[in-house]
Amino acid sequence: MKWTQRHLLGLEEYSAEEITRVLDLAEEFRAIATRNDGPRDDLRGKAVVNLFFEPSTRTRTSFELAERRLGATVVNFDVATSSVAKDETLVDTARNIEAMGIDVVVMRHGCSGAPQLLARSIAACVVNAGDGQHEHPTQGLLDIFTIRQKLGRIAGLKVAIVGDIAHSRVARSDLHGLTKLGAEVYFVGPTTLVPRAFASLGAKVCHDLDAVLPEMDVINMLRIQTERLDEQPFPSVREYSRLFGLDAARMRRAKRDVVVMHPGPINRGVEMTPEVADGSRSVILEQVTNGVAVRMAVLALVTQAGKSL
Amino acid sequence: MAELLIKGGRVIDPAQGMDRRADVLVRDGRIAAVGRVASKAKTLDARGLIVAPGLIDIHVHFREPGKDAEETIASGAAAAVAGGFTTVAVMPNTEPPVDTEAAVAFQARRGAEAGLARVLPIGAISVGRKGERLAELGAMAQAGAVAFSDDGDPVRSPRLMRTALAYAAMFAKPLIAHCEDKELAGKGVMHAGLWSVKLGLAGIPAAAEETMVARDLILAEAAGGRLHVAHVSTKGSVRLIREAKGRGAPVTAEAAIHHLVLTDEALAGYDTNLKMNPPLRGAEDRDALRAAVAEGTIDCIVSDHAPHAAEEKAVEFALAPFGIIGLETTLPVLITKLIEPGVLTWPRAIAALTCGPARVLGIEAGSLAVGRPADITLIDPEAEWTIDAARFRTKSRNCPFHGWRVRGRAVATLVGGAVKFRL
Repeated sequence: MKWTQRHLLGLEEYSAEEITRVLDLAEEFRAIATRNDGPRDDLRGKAVVNLFFEPSTRTRTSFELAERRLGATVVNFDVATSSVAKDETLVDTARNIEAMGIDVVVMRHGCSGAPQLLARSIAACVVNAGDGQHEHPTQGLLDIFTIRQKLGRIAGLKVAIVGDIAHSRVARSDLHGLTKLGAEVYFVGPTTLVPRAFASLGAKVCHDLDAVLPEMDVINMLRIQTERLDEQPFPSVREYSRLFGLDAARMRRAKRDVVVMHPGPINRGVEMTPEVADGSRSVILEQVTNGVAVRMAVLALVTQAGKSL
Repeated sequence: MAELLIKGGRVIDPAQGMDRRADVLVRDGRIAAVGRVASKAKTLDARGLIVAPGLIDIHVHFREPGKDAEETIASGAAAAVAGGFTTVAVMPNTEPPVDTEAAVAFQARRGAEAGLARVLPIGAISVGRKGERLAELGAMAQAGAVAFSDDGDPVRSPRLMRTALAYAAMFAKPLIAHCEDKELAGKGVMHAGLWSVKLGLAGIPAAAEETMVARDLILAEAAGGRLHVAHVSTKGSVRLIREAKGRGAPVTAEAAIHHLVLTDEALAGYDTNLKMNPPLRGAEDRDALRAAVAEGTIDCIVSDHAPHAAEEKAVEFALAPFGIIGLETTLPVLITKLIEPGVLTWPRAIAALTCGPARVLGIEAGSLAVGRPADITLIDPEAEWTIDAARFRTKSRNCPFHGWRVRGRAVATLVGGAVKFRL
């Protein structure tokens, strides 16, 4: 298979074959993803900048480890002390960075569509590390990778994604990726946070967690972003937890081998109780480990675009 | 005695119910005769062309005073005649806003100095367009304001809106309402629907427009003032206006050309040149608007020409300003997308650009009746060409139609009998 994608802007733009190719390569990287015994040379001679316009700890760290373990020269662009604070536009910032000889830009940005703007403006490869409420494709890939690792397949699985779907870039990337690989995706949450329009994108829209819980193979609990609560999508955190939180009682009604996920960071006691987060069905820390392998695979592929693999 | 004979064209003048081959004789800046005219006057060969009353666009934004680099009244008026428009009404959202007699007089004078299209100022409803205190509508009307509007900052207070509607009625001027409940619109940047959900962009729901249309219709009927609903964009608004007109309510309405030919689906690539307010809506809304123009529920078609500097648009979608230019593309896009496919007939389309808007503002324009000012647009309905924003007269380039292959364009524009544009 010839790899042609120079960017990873979203999973919407990737085919089932391309997603599977990333997952398969991540499988190969999985064994060395957590080892620090000297880098590979896939990205030797290449410079990668991590351009983060939004604070992020785990995603940025995960990308940085992936880049270093592939032998890249890594630059972290710190927005707080940069000229962005002096009203420089994204396009100018990117062109300036590119003028220093950058091969890959990994960007997190608060505005949906910012990676598309970047990819149109510069020649370097663009990897989206989360844009607004649009996509977070590497999170989607690591979620799918983790599910495949645990259950051996994606096709035919029922996956519930629970919480603030409307504002979630993870939910959108998971939906695109999982449905392309043949899973059924259930978007579960209050009517105010799960718009009906998602049904047209291929999701099953549901507002009653208990009704679908027993059939689910995977439950991915999204973080409730407290900064959104001034819009009052629900009356109180307590009521949200009662209707949509995952606790031991709900876990007893789930499948015995259900996989419980969370993109982190967890609001313990809101989306799920500590006993569930730390319980035997939780794969939350494995998701983090897999994240490095998946990001290594993405970086190795986009930088080889056009060459036969 | 200056005479000009426009010979052998298809004269479409919906104000007179006219659509036939005829000559038009212009004398001293006015229409002297329409029909078979024998004259030794200088002749303009119009065979194969459509001869229409000068087109009128009652919703444009020129940026003078305040942002002359984006558009001046002179550059906007040049764009107008190049697009076939002989009269434009300019919105008051300049910096500072047009909320005084002096500001209205300034814009009118600048328009006269440019000597291209007729430039008619629209005054603000409230001081500073802040929605707090009524501006001096009477003084502005005396200085030449043809209507009043707070433009993109609609009057929030229903009490002030009622007062303004009643007060403006004294001067027989309409209030032009950009109907939008800002609280419902929130931080929205595009139509709330399937595509906003898909693109992860905050949506402006149809209800943000429709609740305000309903409020303003009720207030206009109660206060007895004339309401003109700007850039109607949703199916629900069309229904409300159709019902109100059926009751005989004092209301008129306009649709922007882009809402008639594009939908929110076009935003898939996050192109900021497709970002405007109200936003591109769904296909059902577009179809309802088309039907409303065809049946006359919507009185006129506008460009909502809104120039912005290239650097302001070359940013993240959510951060870009609302608005696109349109004066030089409205007519060809209308011909290509609405007339050629049979959505609108030529007479109906011309009516929506001539007598329709003239009636909204109550101005003596939009007809080729003998004695009227000789504002005339000659249109070549067959000309095939590619829209190239680089060649526009406007100072700005925020045009979503760049690169479109289109049919039809204005080839000559006469204002008061003088040729102001010739292709």
